[in-house]
Amino acid sequence: MHPGSEFHQRDRSLHPPALTPHYKSTVLRSPRLPLWSLQNSLSEVTGPLFRPEEIGLLDNDLIRNYAHDGEPIGERIIVHGRVLDENGRGVPNTLVEFWQANAGGRYRHQNDTYLAPIDPNFGGCGRALTDENGGYAFRTIKPGAYPFRNFVNSWRPAHIHFSVFGTGFAQRLITQMYFEGDPLIPHDQILGTIPDPAAIQRLIAPLDMNAAIPLDSLAYRFDIVLRGRRQTYFENKLQGA
Amino acid sequence: MIASRPPFTETASQTAGPYVHIGLIPHQAGFDIFETNFSNILVGPATKGTRIRIEGRVFDGLGAVTKDILVEIWQANAAGRYNHPADRQEDKPIDPSFRGWGRAGTDFKTGIYTFETIKPGRVVGRHGHRPMAPHVNVWLAARGINMGLSTRLYFSDEAVANAEDPVLNMIDPPLRRDTLIAQREDRDGEAVYVFDIHLQGERETVFFDI
Repeated sequence: MHPGSEFHQRDRSLHPPALTPHYKSTVLRSPRLPLWSLQNSLSEVTGPLFRPEEIGLLDNDLIRNYAHDGEPIGERIIVHGRVLDENGRGVPNTLVEFWQANAGGRYRHQNDTYLAPIDPNFGGCGRALTDENGGYAFRTIKPGAYPFRNFVNSWRPAHIHFSVFGTGFAQRLITQMYFEGDPLIPHDQILGTIPDPAAIQRLIAPLDMNAAIPLDSLAYRFDIVLRGRRQTYFENKLQGA
Repeated sequence: MIASRPPFTETASQTAGPYVHIGLIPHQAGFDIFETNFSNILVGPATKGTRIRIEGRVFDGLGAVTKDILVEIWQANAAGRYNHPADRQEDKPIDPSFRGWGRAGTDFKTGIYTFETIKPGRVVGRHGHRPMAPHVNVWLAARGINMGLSTRLYFSDEAVANAEDPVLNMIDPPLRRDTLIAQREDRDGEAVYVFDIHLQGERETVFFDI
């Protein structure tokens, strides 16, 4: 392994700690012993790569990918952005997966018992491979807010879950995207697990009127930054591979 | 805290939540949507190597079995090479029929996760130092886990290789190394490695900051 493949050390002060008692589910699921710091070996700098033929034509169109006898109910939106690394370079050909509740705040999941109805034409999941510049886009309906059992009156702001791979398993990341202007954002105990206000702000996607389609869909922009590899002249070869 | 950082800042992690299955393993959520589904079966007919099964459960801080965890694994092929351009161990073949990655959910009823894979070979250590013992990289995400947890699975029938593994040897006190050893059982001629993960408690699994 060439040292140029190694990742920058993760700055954990930007991420939520394992134990955040106001989000009660963490209390029994948070490791209490320190993580063992492991310098990168091949096991961490490599990771799964995905091929375009694994992605279906409708996988990034949540308005159509589960439509049976009509289109899903809700505000039509486009979500787009780039997957970058900490060095500012686009991460091409990486898998981005996303999932969300429907317009009423209900997930198509056997464990979700919220009283809002299932939408027969909405699955709520999709995926895309980033293009050569790290760009991705998908079409969906805006998810609704919903209550969750934390405090008596806890509500999640509208959000979309994202899963991203990058080019090495040490970049693996799951996060959530929120919507500019949502009044529930300051009340959310899950967003509140993040100690850094600027890091919270970066999860809130701004309205992007430039990418809206007139008379059709509004748009929001969400860029995702993954860990970058330490700089050497070998890096370009790897990132483009 | 860190004097010199790269120009962009990593996006903050958030919990995968209780409905992670919708996005990543929709058939477990209860529906079918994609033509191609990622799964817990890493092998195809042409994959080289010894077939093995990995299974286990994930326990919380009270010792209860959790039933909503996403488990992903990433591993080298039977020759000990990763299917990735950063692995330049040119003396070992890439197996084109083995990506080396899979994902599973712990079962909603039993809490058991399983993988059908092959036993990985030994991979060269950091900067070409001592080879690492055969191992599988494991990553967990779920409700109540704010940031994905990384650990490693080693094999109980690799005592010699494990004894010289540079990562296992780093872990102190040494008794905690046992939390990373999957125990081999032979069932009807199949090698099954049982790897239980403890998120918290007396037997807390060693998790890594990688």
